[in-house]
Formats: sequence, C-alpha cells, structure tokens
Amino acid sequence: MDNIKKIHPGSGRRKALTYNKGRQPDDKSIKEVRDLIPSHYLHQRDLLIECFHLIQDRYKCLSHSHLTALSELSNLPLTEIYETASFYSHFDIIQEGEEPPAKITIRVCDSITCEMNGCKSLEKNLKNNLSKDVRVVRAPCMGRCYSAPVVEVGKRHVPNANLDKINKVLENKDLKPLIPNYIGFDEYREKGGYVLLEKCLSNFQDPMKLIEEMENSGIRGLGGAGFPTGKKWRFVRAEKSPRLMAINGDEGEPGTFKDHYYLSKDPHRFLEGMLIAAWVVEASDVYIYMRDEYPDVIKFLKNEIKKIESANLNIKTRIHFRRGAGAYICGEESSMLESIEGKRGLPRHKPPFPSQVGLFGRPTLIHNVETVFWVREILEKGATWFSSHGLNERKGLRTFSVSGRVKNPGVKLAPAGITIKQLITDYCGGIEEGHKFKAYLPGGASGGILPASEDSIPLDFDTLQEHGCFIGSAAIVVLSDKDNMKDIAKNLMFFFHDESCGQCTPCRNGTEKALKLMNNDSWDIELLKELSSAMMDASICGLGQAAPNPLLSVIKHFPSEVTN
Amino acid sequence: MSSLISFKIDGKEYKASKEETIWQVAKKNGINIPHLCYSEEPGYRSDGNCRACMVEIKGERTLAASCIRKPTEGMEITVNSKRAEKSRSMVFELLVADQPKKNKSPDPESKFWKWSDQLGVKESRFPSKDKIPLDRSHNAMSVNLDACINCGLCVRACREVQVNDVIGMAFRGSSAKVIFDLDDPMGKSTCVACGECVQACPTGALLETTLVDETGKRNELVADKKIESVCPYCGVGCQTEVSVKDNKIIQIDGKNGPANENRLCVKGRFGFDYINHDGRLTKPLIRKKDAPKKWDTRIDDKNIYDYFEETTWENALDIAANGLNKVLNEEGPKGLAGFGSAKCSNEEAYLFQKLIRVGFGSNNVDHCTRLCHASSVAALFEGLKSGAVSAPFNAATVADCIIVIGARPTENHPVAATYLKRATKRGSKLIVMDPRKQGLTRYAEHHLQFKPGTDVAMLNALLHTIVEEKLYDEQYVQGQTEGFEQLKEHIKDFSPEKMEPICGIKSETLKEVARIYAKSEKSIIFWGMGVSQHVHGTDNARCLIALALSTGQVGREGTGLHPLRGQNNVQGASDAGLIPWMYPDYLVVDNEKNQNIHEKFWSKEMDPKRGLTVVEIINAIHSDQIKSMYIMGENPAMSDPDQEHVRKALAKLEHLVVQDIFLTETAWHADVILPSSAHAEKTGTYTNTNRTVQIGRQVVPPPGEARQDWWITQAIAQRMGLDWSYLHPKDVFNEMCQIMESLKNITWDRLENENAITYPCESPDSSGSEYIFRESFPTENGRGKIVPARLIPPAELPDDDYPLILTTGRLLEHWHTGSMTRRATVLDHIEPEAIVSMNRWDMKRMEINPGEEVQVKTKRGSIVIKVRSDKEIPEGMVFIPFCFAEAAANVLTNPQLDPYGKIPEFKFSAASVLKTNNLEQQVI
Repeated sequence: MDNIKKIHPGSGRRKALTYNKGRQPDDKSIKEVRDLIPSHYLHQRDLLIECFHLIQDRYKCLSHSHLTALSELSNLPLTEIYETASFYSHFDIIQEGEEPPAKITIRVCDSITCEMNGCKSLEKNLKNNLSKDVRVVRAPCMGRCYSAPVVEVGKRHVPNANLDKINKVLENKDLKPLIPNYIGFDEYREKGGYVLLEKCLSNFQDPMKLIEEMENSGIRGLGGAGFPTGKKWRFVRAEKSPRLMAINGDEGEPGTFKDHYYLSKDPHRFLEGMLIAAWVVEASDVYIYMRDEYPDVIKFLKNEIKKIESANLNIKTRIHFRRGAGAYICGEESSMLESIEGKRGLPRHKPPFPSQVGLFGRPTLIHNVETVFWVREILEKGATWFSSHGLNERKGLRTFSVSGRVKNPGVKLAPAGITIKQLITDYCGGIEEGHKFKAYLPGGASGGILPASEDSIPLDFDTLQEHGCFIGSAAIVVLSDKDNMKDIAKNLMFFFHDESCGQCTPCRNGTEKALKLMNNDSWDIELLKELSSAMMDASICGLGQAAPNPLLSVIKHFPSEVTN
Repeated sequence: MSSLISFKIDGKEYKASKEETIWQVAKKNGINIPHLCYSEEPGYRSDGNCRACMVEIKGERTLAASCIRKPTEGMEITVNSKRAEKSRSMVFELLVADQPKKNKSPDPESKFWKWSDQLGVKESRFPSKDKIPLDRSHNAMSVNLDACINCGLCVRACREVQVNDVIGMAFRGSSAKVIFDLDDPMGKSTCVACGECVQACPTGALLETTLVDETGKRNELVADKKIESVCPYCGVGCQTEVSVKDNKIIQIDGKNGPANENRLCVKGRFGFDYINHDGRLTKPLIRKKDAPKKWDTRIDDKNIYDYFEETTWENALDIAANGLNKVLNEEGPKGLAGFGSAKCSNEEAYLFQKLIRVGFGSNNVDHCTRLCHASSVAALFEGLKSGAVSAPFNAATVADCIIVIGARPTENHPVAATYLKRATKRGSKLIVMDPRKQGLTRYAEHHLQFKPGTDVAMLNALLHTIVEEKLYDEQYVQGQTEGFEQLKEHIKDFSPEKMEPICGIKSETLKEVARIYAKSEKSIIFWGMGVSQHVHGTDNARCLIALALSTGQVGREGTGLHPLRGQNNVQGASDAGLIPWMYPDYLVVDNEKNQNIHEKFWSKEMDPKRGLTVVEIINAIHSDQIKSMYIMGENPAMSDPDQEHVRKALAKLEHLVVQDIFLTETAWHADVILPSSAHAEKTGTYTNTNRTVQIGRQVVPPPGEARQDWWITQAIAQRMGLDWSYLHPKDVFNEMCQIMESLKNITWDRLENENAITYPCESPDSSGSEYIFRESFPTENGRGKIVPARLIPPAELPDDDYPLILTTGRLLEHWHTGSMTRRATVLDHIEPEAIVSMNRWDMKRMEINPGEEVQVKTKRGSIVIKVRSDKEIPEGMVFIPFCFAEAAANVLTNPQLDPYGKIPEFKFSAASVLKTNNLEQQVI
C-alpha cells in the first residue's frame, strides 16, 4: 500500500470534499430567505442591513444558515455578510447548534444617567427573576434619560423602570412601541405647514435668498459639530450634481434626547425642513437614518412620509428611510454614510469631506434632525428672530437635554450662552432633593466633565474648549455628591470601549487599555495622560479623540477620587 | 502631468504631484516613517488605520496619517516633532501589549518587530488581552490572531488584491477580529489558499504552516538564499522569489512581475514540494527482457523492478538511441515520432523539434497544445495569420467590457482572474459564458449558462444583433477586414429569437450582451478550452474573431482576443516549433522557401510533408506506421482522449523512450526511462500567455543522477549522428534568436537582467509590445478575415442509454495530469481523491448521496468515482477533472476531432451515471 502512495500520494489516504469548499446553503433556509426578502433588496448592496432587519425581526436572530442562504441569493461573499452583521449590536448571530435567543428581549440601559439611577441593580434583579422566554441584556443610551432608569421590553420602552412596571408590560404583552401623540399631517397643514415648501417647489422662493437667511440667523449644526448651516448649504449646492442629502437621526450621545423629543411632537416640521434643505441644494434623494433605539419614531415616521409622498410634496426628492442597528459610531456622519450604504459603520478619512465626496461618492448635505427642524421657523420668522435670542454675548437658541440630579429633567429650549447655574435654577426647578451639586457633563459622554465651581461658563459652541470640554449635542448630565467620579468616568469609558468601531489602534486598543487601567484602585495618572494624548491626537474620528475627555476631567478636577 | 505642489517637511521644501501621499514623498526623500497597515506593494490601497505613521500638520487640531494624507500647496508637515513621535511610539506600545513576546512570535523578523525595535518599544506598560487559540485547520497556513494587529492588510489582500472574498474584519472595537467566511476555521472556509494574506501580513499572524511550530512560534527554517524565478504551472507566468535552505525550497513568494504583480495562487505558492517526492526518478531505467508490454499494466514502486532495471546513463542513452536508429533504418523517418512538452523551456522545446526534424528526418512532432488551443490557433491563423494573443490579460484592467467564454480562470489561471475581478470592482462589465457556474459568476453582469455545445448558435445570435442593429464599426470593417459582407448574408438565419431555443439563452439577453460588447469603448474577449475542445472548436473561435473584427474591438488598448494558455510554456513551445506543420515562428513546413531557410540553417534536408498530430500519431501506431517514439515530459496515457486506445498504442510500440521526472502512466509502457529535471532544477526561458518571455532559474540541484532535459536530448542527438555541442541553455537560446524573428531584440543577457520581455520587441531597450494588430494584420493584404461559422452539433449526443453530458477539465489545485500537483503535499491535501461533480437535483432523482461512489460510463469505457454535489453544475451535466489516474476521465472522453485544429472533443461526451449498488446487481 505504501508504495502506491508514492505513485499517487492521495489515493485513499484522505477524503475529498463532498460539496464545494466552505458552507453550503440548505434548501429550507433558501426558501425562508427568499420568501421573506423582496428580491430587489437582494441585488441592492446598500439594503443589506435592511435584509438583516427583516430576518432578525422575523426569526429573532441571524442564523448561520440564513446568512449562508442570503449570501447565495444576494451573490455577496459570506465574509462581507458576516462582518457587516456582526458590527451591529441589534443582530444576534447564531451558530449551528446554538439556541436562538429568548422570544422577548429586555434591554436595560446602562448609560450614565440610568446607571446613576440604579440600572445595575435593576438588571441584576431582572436576571434573577427571569422567565424562560425572556432574556435581559445591557444596552447603551436609549434617549430617554429624563425618565431614568429606562428599559426596553421588546420594542416597548418603560420609563422610570422597576420590576413591577416591567412585569406588567410582560403580562399585558405590550411589546410594541407606544406611539406618541404627535401633530399629524392634516393638523400640521391646517396650521400653515408645507406652505413654505410648496412655495419652494413652485419656485416662488429663491434658494440663494434662503441660504442667506440661514447664514444670517447664525444657526449651526445641532448634532454636535456646529458647522454653520447656511454655509453648508452653499458649499453643497456648489458641488457637481447629482447631489444627495442624508439626515442623521442616530442620536446616540448618552444624555441626548432632543431629536426624539421634536420628532415625537412635530414630525412634519422636521420633514418640511428636510425637504426645503433638499430643494435648496437640489438633492435628488434624501436618506433618513434613524436609530433603531427609536422604534416608535421608525413606525410613525414611515407612515407620515407616505402621506407627504401621496401629497406630492417630495416631487423633487426621493425619500429613503434607513434603520440603524445599534451602533453609536453611526452618529459620526461618515460612519452613517457607510451604514446607509449597507456596510460596517467605519468613519471615513477626511479630507475629502462628505459635502464633496459623500454618500455613494456623491456630494452630500448631512444634517442632524434638530437642525432641519428649525428651518421653517427661521425662514418664516426671519434670521433676526433666531439670532435675537442668547445670553452672555451668545446668539440663538439651544435645546438642552437635561438629566441627572435635577428636579425637572427634560428638554429645555433656552438661549444659547446660558450658564449651568441658570439652567438648573430657571429651567429645571433646582437640584434634586437631598443632593448637592457636584459636577456636570456639558456635552454628553464625550464633552468632558466640569466641577460645580465652574458654574458660570456660557454654554455654547466654542466657549468650553479652554476648559477641556465641548457642548456637542448639548446633553447636560448633572452630578451630585452621591456620585462617585471614578464610577462616572468608568461608565463613560466603558461606553466608548463598547462602541468603538475598532478601525484605528489608538481608539480600539486605547479604550480597552484605558478601561483596564481605570479599573485599578489607584490610577496610573502619567500613563493615562500619555495614552489620552495619543488617542486625542491620533484617532481617526471624534469618538477616539473625545473618549479620554471624561478621564482627563476627573484627573484634573477630582484627583483625590482616583488616586490613593 | 499636472502641476506640482510645494510644501514643507521638517522645514525643508519639497515638490510632489497631487497623487502622492506625505509618506511617499517622505520615503522618496529618505525620510522613512514607521508604518504597519500600509504596504507599498502594487494593488494595496492606503487605509490609514494603524496610526503608526502620524505626522503633525501646521494648523490642524489632530495629527494626520501620512500614508493616506496628500500634501496641499504650502502645507507645513513635521515628522520629527515630539508630539508625533510620542503618538507613533504609543501606537506600538499599545500593540506590543497584546503581542506574543518577540522570542515567541510567529515571525520575529516581521515588519512589526523591525519597526518596534527601531522605535525602541520592546515592552508595554499596558495590561494584555486574553489569548486567542491558534487556528491550524488549514494545511498550508497557520492563523495566530494573538499576533494580529487588525491592520486589515489581509482583508485588502483577500478582498481587493486577489478578490477571493474570504477574509473579513468582523465585530467591532477591541473585539474586532479577522474572520474567514462566517468566522469559520480557515480550513473549513471557502479559502482558495492563494496565500496573498500570508505574504501581506506584517506580523506573522498569518504564516506558512511549514515555518512555525505547533505553538505558533517561528521555527528554525530560515532561508540561506532567495532566487528570482517564474512559476512552473499555468500560462499566466507569475514571477516568484524562491527561498531555499540546504538545497531545499522552504517558501515561495510572489514577485512583482508584469503578469502577477506579486500575486500567486495555491499551486504557485504552496505546490513546490513535488520535486522532493519519493517517487522521483533518480536513475535511468531500462525494460527488463522478460517484461513484455501490456496495455493494462499498472506499475508502482512495489512492482517497478518486475518491469525495469536500473542502469548507467551511458547504457540507457545507447539503448534509447539504438532503438530509434534501428526503426529509422528499417522504416525510414515515417516510422518515428516525438512528443515534446509545453512544460519544458523554450530551449528544450526548440532542441526537441530540431532533433525530430534533423535527426528523425520528419515533422512528426507535436505536443499537448493539440489538446488545448489547436482549434483557436487554427482559426486565428486563418483569420489573422497569428496564433498569439492580441493583448495581455492585464488589458482587462482598462477594458469596459470583458467577455469570458469557455474559460474558468479562477481555477485555471487564478492570477489572471484577479485582473478580471478587479476590473469589475472598477466598473467594467463582465460577461461570462459557461454552462457551469463558476468563480467569476459573482462578479458578472451577465452569466450566460448556455446549453453545452451550442456556442456557435449563441455567438451567431450576438453577431446577428450586431449586424441587424448596425452595431458594427463601419470604418473598421471597411478599412481593416474582409469577409464582412459574407458574414452579413450568412448571419441572417441566426436571429436571437431563433437561437434562443437552441442555446437556451433568452433572445433579449443575447441582444443586450451584443450591445454591451459592441457599444463599449473597449471590449476584450478571453477564452479557454471550453471553446476549443469541441469538434466545432475552430468554428467557435471564428465567431469570437468575427465579433472582434466586426466591432473593431481589437488592436487598441483594452481590446483584443486572448485565448488563455493552459501551460507555463504552451506559447513558447509552439513558437519554438513543436508543431507538425510548422517550423519555429510558425513558418509552415510545406513551403519551399521555409524549407530552404531551415535546410540551410540546420544543414540538413527537410521533410517537405506535414507531420502527424497527437491523436493521428496514436492512430498511426495502431496502423503499424509508427514504430518508435521519443516522449519528453508528456503524459499522453493520461491526457489524451480514449485512454484505452492510447495505452494500447503505446504498448504496441517497438521502442519507446520516455524522459520525465516521475514514473508517469506513459512511462509504464517505455523501453527506456530517462530521469530528468524539474522546473526548479534547471534554467531556461518560458513564454507566457501574454507573449512575455521570462527566465526561470535553477534554485536546487536535480536529485540523484537526474539530468537536465536539454542535456538528455543532446545526448540522444549525438548518438543519432548529430554533432551538437551546446554547453548551456543560453547557447540554444542564442541559436533560436538567429532564426526566430519574434525574438528580435530579446537576448539572454537582457532576460538575465530584466526577467521579462514581451515580443514583438521593437528595440533593445523596450520591454516589448503588449498589443499587436494596432495598424494591420500580418495577413497578405493586411486585413483580418471574417469567417462565418455554421452550426455543427457535438459528435455524440445524449440518448436513453447515455442521458447525461460529460465534460472534463481541471481543478484549482491540480494541474494537467496531476503528475506534479498530486505529489505536492498541500495540493494533494486539499483535493486528494478523484471526484465527479454532479447537480444536486440529478443526484436527488438518482438517489445518490454526496460522497457516494458511482460508475460513470460512456461508449469508450467506465470508471468508478466518488460524487461531489457541486452547485456550479447545471442539471443534466457531470464534470470530471482529468488529473486523477485512479479514475481517469480520459477513459471516457470522445476522440472525435475538430477538422481544422485536430483537437479532440474533451468537453462533450454522452454519459451515464449508475449507482454502484445497482452495478453490483447488474454484475450478479
């Protein structure tokens, strides 16, 4: 026998594959995927994430066999499918032999305000009282910090959650999102809505005039970066057509809930602003990217869009609606573009900027929800109406999402430049009973931390840099003497570590190493500072650049809490 | 060129083009910035993710990655600032934290450790992550993600450079991880083992398994020399860098040759150890007197000495030559024939045909091109007077429309396929025509899965559309072609509507494809054996030529006709005259002028008659005309159709001399077996499918007493009265240059220095012409001739007894008859057994399970073989690779010939498949 092997070494020694290399799709999964997913989805690469949603919604998971079938039907490589699906935390990938997750998922928000309000013990209690068809998982900010702690049962959010409330939801099987009482299409129109848009569409408006008006109002991008809105319109309009527009509805910065608030109140004001902006820059298509944490908005906004489509209000602009899938990084504008294209949400290198090379390589106007929400009012009331507001030499209005240790948390529309002192006293009814004001986050998880002693800084763009902070999306979290600054910093670093896309070394490894170092009793201040510098200097995007802000603030203002 | 940009690096003024990155400009000026995720090699895009190359730009808040950032006018860049230096070091310190210690690293010599040492980062102050288990599931490559730095070079290697689409980066944050398919073990994935990732990896996280121990640590195998050469396998002609230790090859990397730009495939990278196989012939053998020849003898190491005995070279060569001389004296030149090989070098091919023509005195010399592209060459000669490709396969890079018909380049020309796949990513429209699905299907705009054997119907429908919709290039047709009017008339009967039921492709699709091909600015056609190996092979090729000529899609950049050559030197062997009716450079033998040239040059009278072809020679043995043969490096007992017929012929020969590196199935029937050298054991030139002549260098000595092929041929020639005295292959090459116009301006010294030169080469300092037919065709009137084709059905159609269509071909891992690749460990490991590929619905109907053994039968014979359920096979078809001796496809194939190219119909036989338990019942 041995000698025969010499002649033809393989004969009989090893076995040939009985199928082609790699995984093979099975007939059942092929049928299930084919029945579930419209065929044009399969051949449009940018709809891959939508395909995942369809499968996840129906089967509560993405099984390897369904993914293999999807690869076969869509002609996309298995690896491309897997890397995309595994990037987003709302997809549960299940291997062969693994049990699919329980029918009902309870997500417990563990972001900053919810942690301050006891989400950890709630999560533990829930896990101890688990029934078989329920699973409990942690999740990042759900944009309802004014009612912390928050959990999501199925798609139903439970504010100020406790075991009783959650059990009641489970008993009643209220797993669908609660639709807010918003101003509907007809009501909005009756009160003068869409008149301005119609004027635009019938060319009774001069786009250049509108740009000028926006410029004069001084309004800046309210997602956090603060780029002047009118200028952005001017830039994009000057680029080569076809041009596109994208709406960033991925309000993921912990502590921020203003977009959700406006959408839940007056969605058509947002849609009209969006379509006016699209008309001004002559965008052929607009993509609304809505975070999956807002299932209520996703549900009703789709219906409302249908109404404006049947009213022919979008004749110049096709509207596409895209669902996020649980990834904070997709709030970074270029990651969002990647995600809209159906890929992993990795931030792009800049330059080129999205206004030049954006979605599908086209010049793209990107706006936060709130920014376009103000368009109609500014254009109707005039630039000076907006700029006439303001305190401490700042101009305009800001929507603050206030949460934490105040009596009346919530969305506060206040003059730009207001101080934390005024905001707490005049808008939030003061500090919560039994608490003493200790510190505050002026701009969500990324904006750093300021001590109570620095309570007279005007809150606006450009005013906080010198204090090592920034305002970002104006998410104010108020901390008190009951809050441990080390825990606060660790919570925030955990969030960045969890949400880092993993593309660049300083952020991927930096957040991981920083968190490990911060878990030590006494921090290695020098090493953390060195690491922070590299993260701020060398990370590709704002996530990694801003991730060290809270730890640096704590080292600066509360050193005794992190060293022995 | 556009204007240059001025800017400063570290205070010094520089100028650069808009396309250059800061890193590139710095490097050019002697400033070497650390880098990990960036590779300077061709095909690798900057990704800017590792942040090891950060620099400071005045006025910017953060640092910038120099590998991706391009300077702008007036920019002030600082490389050597403290801030940038600290940032770069910190990146290394973060990465070192999670690396295995350098002395336990899979590759302490890697780019990562080199830079780390240079920056002085040896240790890390950071805590490390959990260890990830080794993945040793693949036979060729070891995956050690502990050493992975997530730079994504392997992802780019797999997805963008080779476009095999297996590796991805999954999950996110610090969980981000390199994956194969659905995070499967590499060995269980769709990986085709091209090894590009291994070549790209900067840390050794991906490495050849042979270079690491079981713990994932680099072993003691370190090369003592590295030699530049060229791959021995297919016609792509990839350049290689071969690492050798103690006269043994330990590693092969791709080199930046014109055909491969560093890329290799599984065969070229991992299929090198066949030369060390136990079965190598190391001593001359002669047949024992008491061992008569029988056609069905099977010889292996166990019974070899029942048939053969070892002898000295002197004795073996004497017996070899005496036997040939005896037949020559008794029968005259017509009693002798020789098969050369497309695996041997140009010099060896030239010497071989010279021996036949000068020593044997006839033109009975042929080689396996007869089995490959003979019909393509026949059609090309008829129409264009040149059998070579008009454009290189790299032309796909700039083509707008690419047609691939009857070729499966992802398996048979994997590196050429990378150019096609990359072109589609750039936006070229790829049209694949193949009854089977294949590796290119995923990238194709259209895949026409036509009914086997209906090529002419399908292609004529395209021509009909081109004529009908006036998509032809009037000016080109008028100025450069002839025969278009006849085509117009002829094509009337072939409307897409009429052809639809014949070829099985919707008429609308046929029209659409015709429009894409004709209207694209640059269209190119690639084809392979699926076109040529039919009784209507020449007609198939005629249609392709007609498509190109009528639309003017030839002779320009990005356009042309490219028959993909199968073997490493099939182009060169044909050029060198291993063709029964052609001298070197395709000068026909039955032409007085050509005869005179060669009579004068070789000082010997030439046989004015054409010689016999491969299949004709076998038949001539049966009819007692040919009595003796000299076969160098060919294996007709495996490669030729109707194996029983071939083996009976070989056994019938009075005297057979076989020269090979292994005891091939052909050698079983020999009288004398002469042990020769493998590709890596000799120096010579090889001409690839792009007409590029490249040099292959000896990297190791031949084993035992094995000798170089040119030396053996010369020794036989000397014993047949020829006064040859070549001392080195370059002497042979120099002689070739004297008589072959195609080698003008190409010299041995140039090849030694430049490694590759394409012919025709217009001057001593040019690298040659990639495109030909730019101005005109080498025909008498300078015009390309359009020859219409009629519908000829396959020679054997399915019927009740043989209801299936059998087609044959290759597998990615096995090359030709498997004599080399089946003895290469990695390749044998991946495809170890004979298989027949079947459609799963056919299997269901016949109640056959995957892995079951079945009997496949045709009118010629039957074999027992294991079934693979293959999703690429359409219903009603079965496929068998012809590399497996234990279940040889060519027992089954039909030897019917194409009337022009004399090529057998390997791609179409009527066959039946029977379950073996049914078979037993029948036997009982």
